[in-house]
Amino acid sequence: MLSQFLQFLLSGVTVGATYALAAIGFTLIYNASGVINFAQGEFMALGGMAAVFLANAGVPLPLAIVLAVTVATAVGMLVEKLAIEPAGRAEVVTLIIITIGASLTIRGFMQVFLGKGSHALPPFSGEAPIAILGATLLPQSLWVIGVTGAVVLMLSWFFGRTLTGKAMLATSYNKLAAQLVGINTRFILLLSFGLAAALGAVGGILIAPVTYTSYDVGVMLGLKGFVAATLGGLGSGAGAVAGGLVLGVAEAMTAGYISSAYKDATPFVLILLILFFLPQGLFGKKATDRV
Amino acid sequence: MKMRTLIKAALAAATTLALGVAAAAEPIRIGSVLSVTGPAAFLGDPQLKTLELFVAKINSEGGVLGRKLELVHYDDGSEAAKANGFTKRLIENDKVDIILGGTSTGATMAMAALVEKAEVPFISFAGAVVIVEPTKKWMFKTPHTDRMAAEKVFDDMKKRGISRIGLLSETSGFGQSGRKETQAVAAKFGITLVADETYGPRDTDVTAQLTKIKNAPGVQAVFVFGLGQGPAVVTKNYAQLGMNLPHYESHGVASDEYKRLSGPAANGVRLPSPALLIADQLAATDPQQKIVAAYTKAYALRWKEQPSTFGGYAYDGLMIAVDAIQRAGSTDKGKVRDAIEQTKGLVGTSGVFSMTPTDHMGLSLAAFRMLEVKDGQWAVVK
Amino acid sequence: MKKSFRGLMLLAGVLVLLPLVLPNAYYYDVAIRVALNACVAIGLNLLIGYTGQISLGHAGFLGIGAYGSAILTGRFDWPPIAALLAAALATGALALLVARPILKLKGHYLAMATLGLGIILSIVIVNETAWTGGPDGMPVGGFGLSGWQIAGERAWYGVAAVLLMLVTVLALNLIDSPAGRALQAIHGSEVASRVSGVDTTAFKVRVFVLSAVLASVTGSLSAHYVGFLTPGVAGFFHSIELVTMVVVGGMASVFGSILGTAILTMLPQLLSAFEGWETLAFGVILMLTMIFLPRGLVPSLRLKLGRGKK
Repeated sequence: MLSQFLQFLLSGVTVGATYALAAIGFTLIYNASGVINFAQGEFMALGGMAAVFLANAGVPLPLAIVLAVTVATAVGMLVEKLAIEPAGRAEVVTLIIITIGASLTIRGFMQVFLGKGSHALPPFSGEAPIAILGATLLPQSLWVIGVTGAVVLMLSWFFGRTLTGKAMLATSYNKLAAQLVGINTRFILLLSFGLAAALGAVGGILIAPVTYTSYDVGVMLGLKGFVAATLGGLGSGAGAVAGGLVLGVAEAMTAGYISSAYKDATPFVLILLILFFLPQGLFGKKATDRV
Repeated sequence: MKMRTLIKAALAAATTLALGVAAAAEPIRIGSVLSVTGPAAFLGDPQLKTLELFVAKINSEGGVLGRKLELVHYDDGSEAAKANGFTKRLIENDKVDIILGGTSTGATMAMAALVEKAEVPFISFAGAVVIVEPTKKWMFKTPHTDRMAAEKVFDDMKKRGISRIGLLSETSGFGQSGRKETQAVAAKFGITLVADETYGPRDTDVTAQLTKIKNAPGVQAVFVFGLGQGPAVVTKNYAQLGMNLPHYESHGVASDEYKRLSGPAANGVRLPSPALLIADQLAATDPQQKIVAAYTKAYALRWKEQPSTFGGYAYDGLMIAVDAIQRAGSTDKGKVRDAIEQTKGLVGTSGVFSMTPTDHMGLSLAAFRMLEVKDGQWAVVK
Repeated sequence: MKKSFRGLMLLAGVLVLLPLVLPNAYYYDVAIRVALNACVAIGLNLLIGYTGQISLGHAGFLGIGAYGSAILTGRFDWPPIAALLAAALATGALALLVARPILKLKGHYLAMATLGLGIILSIVIVNETAWTGGPDGMPVGGFGLSGWQIAGERAWYGVAAVLLMLVTVLALNLIDSPAGRALQAIHGSEVASRVSGVDTTAFKVRVFVLSAVLASVTGSLSAHYVGFLTPGVAGFFHSIELVTMVVVGGMASVFGSILGTAILTMLPQLLSAFEGWETLAFGVILMLTMIFLPRGLVPSLRLKLGRGKK
C-alpha cells in the first residue's frame, strides 16, 4: 500500500518537475511582456531535438547540450524580435494567435528538417533504477528534479540580487515606470524570451532520455505547462513550480486511484476548480485594474 | 465593397488554378489520403514514401497496361474530417481510378461512406477489424486486424500456460479498438483480464498504471496495445519497476524504432509481426523472402532509413491494386473491384493475400510471426 | 444599417451566383464547409470581437451538438430536427451553467478556463466509447424531415447558404441594436459601461450562450453532412482554428468572419501542394497576417481604403 502510494508520488513529482520547468518559462515571458507564449512547448522540443541531432552528428554530449540550448535561446530571441515586438500593443487574442503562429512555424521547421521520428538521448548517469521503500526512481528523474531546483534557486538569486534581474521584475510591475528610471525595456523583453527559451530547452533535454523527444512533443508539454503556470498564478515563479508539482502529482494520483482514462482531464478539472474559487491561481497576485 | 469582391474573385481563381487538374484519362490515377503529419505521422510517413518509391519504380518499368501511374496524394494531418474532404476531392475533382490509404481507422471510416456511394475501389492501410467486418463492397484492407493480433498473442500465452493478464491500451484509435477486440476474444482462449488500464499516446510516464497492474491479484502477464513511442515509454517503465512478468506488445511496435527507443528494456518482449521485420532471417524457401528482401533493399536505398511494417502495408496495397488492374485489363472501377476480390496467392510484405467475397483482408493468422526481442535483435519464437 | 445592407446584398449575390461557377461536387463541399464554419465564426466573433472575451474551447460546444445529434439519431432513433434542438438545448444549458463563474475571469485566466472546458469535453467524448465510438469515431445518418432527406451536395449547399444568411442577418441585427451597442461598450471598457448602467455580466452571459448554441447547431448539421464524426471535431486544435478564423478575418466584423473562414478553410486545400511544408507555411502566414494586419483582414483593409471605422 505504502510502496504503491510512494510510487505514484515519485512519478508524479518527476513529471511535475518537467511541467514546472515549462511553467517557469511561461511565467518569465508573461512577467516581462504580458504575453502567453504558446510556443514555449516548442522551445522544449527544439532543445531536445537539436541536442539529439548534434549528438548523432558526432558532437560530444555535453557540447551538444550547450549548443542546443544556445540555438533555442537564439530562436527565442528571434521570435521576440520578429513576431512580438512588431505587434506592439495588440490585443490579447491577437498576441495569442501570433505565438500560436510562431509555435507552428518552429514545429513545421523541425518537422521538415529534423524529421518526424522519436528520439532519445543517452541517460546522464545510467539507467539502474533506485529503490526507495519499495518504489523505484530513475536516476534521470533525480537529474530533472535536481536541475529544476537549481534553476529555481538561480532564478531567485537572479531576480533578487542582480541588477538585470531586478530590472526585469521592475518591467513586469510597471513598464512605463521602468522605462522612466532608465531601464531598456526592449532589451529586457528580448532577454526574457531568450531566458525562457533556454529554460525550455534545458527541460526538453533533461527529459529526452526518459520520455523521448520529437518534433511535436511540445504540444502537450506547452499546454500542461500553461495550465501549471496558471494554476500557480501567472506571474509567480514559486507558483509555477508549485503548479507544476501539484499538476504532476494530481495526474499520477488520478491514474493510480481513480481512472487512468481520465488522467488527462485532471489538469483541466483542477484548473477550472481553482479558477472558480481563486481567480488568481494559487499564488497569483491579486490584480487591480486601472480604469 | 469592390475590394472585397475582387479579393474573393482572386481567391476563387487562385483556387481553381491550383486545384484544377484537367483529367486527360491517359495515366492511371491512384488517389491517396495519408496521415503524413500529426499524431499518426509515424505511420503515414513511411506509407507515403513507399507509394512514391514504387509508383516511380513501376513507371520506370513501363507502367501498367502500357499506361503510367499517377499518384495524387493529400495529407489529412491525422484528422478524419480532413480525410473525408480530401476523399471528395479525389473522387469528384481529381477523378481517380482507385483510392489507397486511410492511415488510421478513423480516417478510413470517414472515407468509407464516400467510396461506397461513389463506387470506387478502396484499399485501406488501417488496422481495425470494423473496416472489413461486415464486409463492404468497395472496401479492402492490407494490415492484419487488431483482432488477429490479440488472437496471435493469446495463442502464444496459452502455450505458456498464462490465463490471467493485465491489459494496458493506448487511448488512440488503434489502442482502443485493440482493447475492444482483446476483451472480445479473451474468453475463447481461456484468458481473464484482471487489470484494464489506459495511457495517452504522448504520456511521459506510465508507472502509475503499471503499478496498478503489477498489484492486480494473480496477474501473470501484461499485454500492451499501442503505437509509436508510447509503448517504448511503457517498456522503459516496465524495466524501471523491475517487473519480470511476460511482456507482450501488439504489431503496433513492429518497427526498429521501438527497439531503438526502448533499449535493453525491450529484451524479452514478444509481439506478432509481419515477416518484413525479420527479412534477413527468412529461409530462402519462405514464400515471402524474395519480396520482403527486395522491398527492404529498395526502401533503404532510396530513403536512407530502415523500412517499417507500416510502409509495408502501403506496398501491399499498391501491389494488390496494380495486380488487380492488370487482371481486369482496364481501370473500370467495377472490374477492378472484382479483380481485387479475386486476388489469390499474392505475396506481399505482410503475408500472402487471398481475398474472397467475405474476406476483404486476405491474410490468415499464419502470416503473423511471433517474435521476441533477444539481445536487441528480433528472433522468431519457435 | 445601410453599409451592412450593401454587404448583405453582396453576400446573397455571391451565394446565389456561386453554383454557376462551381465545377464539381468537391467545390460544393468546400463551399458548404466554409458556410457552416462561418456560422460558428460569426457567433464566436460576437463573443471575441464585439464583447472582448476569449474562448479557446468553443469546439467543445460544437462537439456536444455534433455528438448529441449523432447519438440521439443513431442510437435512439430520434428525428434529426428533434436531436438538433435537444443538443442545442443541452449546450445552452451547459454554457449558462459555466458562463457566470467563467466570465468573471479576465484575459488569460478566461482563456485557460475555456480551454479547460473544451478539453474536458473532448476527453469525455474520447473515453465514453460505448456512446461515442471513441477515438475511431461513429457514423452519422442523414438529415431530414419525415421521409424527405437532404441528399447531395447541391441540396446541402442550399441549406448551408440559407443558414449563413440567417446567422449573418441575426448578427448584424444584434450589433445594430441597443444590446449590440452595450456589447461594444463592454469591449471598450467594462468598468465604464457598468458605470453607465449596463448589466455587463448578464450581457456577457447571453452572448456566451448564444455563441455556444450557434456552435452546437452548426456542429449538428456538419455531423449529418459529413456523415462521420471523430473526437477531433471537439478538440483543442479545432478550437484554435475557429479563433484564428475570427481573428484573421477581423474581430468585430461579421463579414470579416466570413472572409476569415473562407481563407482558413481553403488554405489547407491550397497548401496541399506544398507536401510537408504545410505546417511551416501556415505558421508563417498566420504570424505575418497578425503582425501586419493586427485587426484582421477586413477592418485593416477598410482602414487602408480610407473608409475608416466609425
